[in-house]
Amino acid sequence: MMSAMASAASPDHQTLPGAAAKPRNDTAFRWLCLGAVLAMMAALLGLVGSLVSGGWLALSHFGISFFTTSTWDPVADQYGAAAPIVGTLVTAFLALVLSLPVAVGVAVFLVEICPQGIARWLAIAVELLAGIPSIVYGMWGLFVLAPWFAANIQLPLMMAAQPGSWLESFISGVPNGANIFTASLILAVMILPYMAAILRELLMSVPSHMREAAYGLGCTQREVVVRIMLPYVQKSAIGAVMLGLGRALGETMAVTFIIGNSHNFPHSLFDSGSTISSTIANEFTEATGDMHLSALVALGLVLFMITFVTIALARLLLGRGGTK
Amino acid sequence: MTVTASKPANFDRRLHRRRKIYNYVFLALTGIATAIALIALALIMETLVVKGLAGMNIQVFTLSQPPPDMPGGLLNAIVGSLIMCAVGMVIALFIGILAGTWLAEYGDGTRLATVVRFLNDILISAPSILIGLFVYELLVRPFQGFSAAAGAVALALLAMPVATRATEDIMRLQPYALREAGMALGANRGLVIRSIIWRASTSGLMTGALLSFARISGETAPLLFTTLGNPFLSFRLNQPMAALPTTIFQFAMSAYDDWQRLAWAGALIIAVTVLTTNILGRALTRGSTQK
Repeated sequence: MMSAMASAASPDHQTLPGAAAKPRNDTAFRWLCLGAVLAMMAALLGLVGSLVSGGWLALSHFGISFFTTSTWDPVADQYGAAAPIVGTLVTAFLALVLSLPVAVGVAVFLVEICPQGIARWLAIAVELLAGIPSIVYGMWGLFVLAPWFAANIQLPLMMAAQPGSWLESFISGVPNGANIFTASLILAVMILPYMAAILRELLMSVPSHMREAAYGLGCTQREVVVRIMLPYVQKSAIGAVMLGLGRALGETMAVTFIIGNSHNFPHSLFDSGSTISSTIANEFTEATGDMHLSALVALGLVLFMITFVTIALARLLLGRGGTK
Repeated sequence: MTVTASKPANFDRRLHRRRKIYNYVFLALTGIATAIALIALALIMETLVVKGLAGMNIQVFTLSQPPPDMPGGLLNAIVGSLIMCAVGMVIALFIGILAGTWLAEYGDGTRLATVVRFLNDILISAPSILIGLFVYELLVRPFQGFSAAAGAVALALLAMPVATRATEDIMRLQPYALREAGMALGANRGLVIRSIIWRASTSGLMTGALLSFARISGETAPLLFTTLGNPFLSFRLNQPMAALPTTIFQFAMSAYDDWQRLAWAGALIIAVTVLTTNILGRALTRGSTQK
C-alpha cells in the first residue's frame, strides 16, 4: 500500500501526460464538447429561422395564394409557387416509382442470387456510384439523355399520336428532351445506387437461420425473398425508400440542367416545368427585388418542410444506424 | 381437374412446376433489374470518361478560366475549391469531432443526445441548396457581398453532420476496458478520451474526414449563392472565389463548345476525386467493423 502510493507520487513513474489531478481539465473539455453540440443545434435552428424570416415577406403578402396560384412574374412582383411545388412532388414520386423496382431487384440479386465473389465487387461499385456528385448526372442528362430522348422517343411518339387523343395531351410539349419525365428519369438513375446500397444492407441483416429454415422447408428463392426476407425488413425498407425520396425532393443540380425551367404549370408528362430547388438555383443570384428574394426563400421553406417530414419519417422507420 | 386426396402426386407436380416457373421469372427479373442499373450507370461513366478525357490537357491545370474561344483552364476553380474545402473541413472537423465525442462519451443515454442525433440525421439529409440559402442570409446579405468564407461555411455545414456521425460511430466501437485502463492510471475522463480513445480511433476518424470531404467536394448548389464564382485566380476569403462545381455548372449551361469541353474535364476531375477519397476511406477501415 505504502509502496504503491510512493510509486504513484514519484516523478519518474509512467503516467499519462497531464494526468496529475486536474479536475477542471475534464470539465473544460466536457463543456467544449457540449458547446460543439449546441453549435450544431444552433445551425439547424438558424437554418429554419433564416428560412422563416427571409420568406416571411412573401408568405405574409400572398398568404394562401402563394401555394394555390402559379403566376410567377418577377416583373409584376406576383409570385405563386404551385408550379414548382407540384413539379418537385411529381418528379420525386415519378423518380421513386421508376427507381424502386430496379433498386429492389438489384439488392435481391446481389444478396441472394449472384455468386458472392462477384456480388462483393458489384456491391462496392454500387456504393461508390452512390457518391458520384449529382452535377455529373445532370450534365449527362443535358448532353446525352435529352437529345437522345427528343429524337428517339418524344418525336416519334408525337408523330404517332392522334391530334386530340389522350396520348397527345399526355405527351405534348416542346420536343427538346428537357421536361418533367426526363428530369424524373435522371433523378431515378441518381437515387438508384443509393437505395440499392441501403436495401442490400437491410437484406444482409436478415438472420441466416430464418433464410435457412425457409429453404429447409423447400421454399424457392422467390418465396424466401418475398415471404421471409422482405417482410422481415419491411419497416426499415420503407425508411430507406423515404430517404431516397428525400434525396430526390431536394436534389438541385441533376434537375436544373434538364427540367426546362418553365414557370408554367406543367400540362403533360413531356412538358417543361420546374422544381423548387431548380427555381431557387436559377433565379436567386439574379433576383433584385426584395419580394422576389423573399418568394424564393419562402420556396426554400416549403422544400424544407416537405423534406423534413420525409426524412423524419424515414429516420423513425429506419431506427438508429440504418445508413450513413 | 379437381384436387382430391386421391391424386396428391399429380397436384403436387403442377404446383411444383408453377412455383418453379414463378421462381425463374423472379430470378430473371432481378437479373434484368441489375442489368438495367449497371448499363445506365456504365453509360454515364462512359460519357464522363470519354468526354472528360477529350477535354483534358495540361492547360486545364495551369491556366485560369478563359473567355469563350480562347485557350484556358480551370486553375482558378480548382484552387478555389481546394481552399474552400480545406477551410470548410477544418471548421467541420473541429465541431463535428467534438460533437461526436460528446454524443458517444458524455451525452450517452440523455434526452439531449437523442434530440441531437435526430437533428444531426436531419442535417445530413437536408437539401444542400437550403444550406446555401441559410448561409446567404447569415453571411452574404449582412455583409453585402458574396465571399469565399461564406462558401466555406456552407461546405462546413454540410460536412459537419457527416463528421459528427462518423466520430460517434467509431468511438462507440472502442472497448470499455480501454477507458477503464486509462482511468485506473489516474487520468480523468477528458484525458482518457483525448489521449486513448481518440488515438485508438484514428483510422476511423480519418475515414470520417475523408467521407465528409467526399460529400462536399462535388457540392454545387450551396456554393451558387455564397461564393458566386470568380473568373480570376483569387486567394482572398472575403472576395468571391471560383469553385470547380459552380464553374462546371456555368460552363455546361453555356453555348460555347470549348467551355463545355472544360466542364466535362472538370466533372471528370471531381468524380475521380470523390471516388478516390471514398476508396481511401474504405481502405482505411478495412478489417474494422465500421461500415
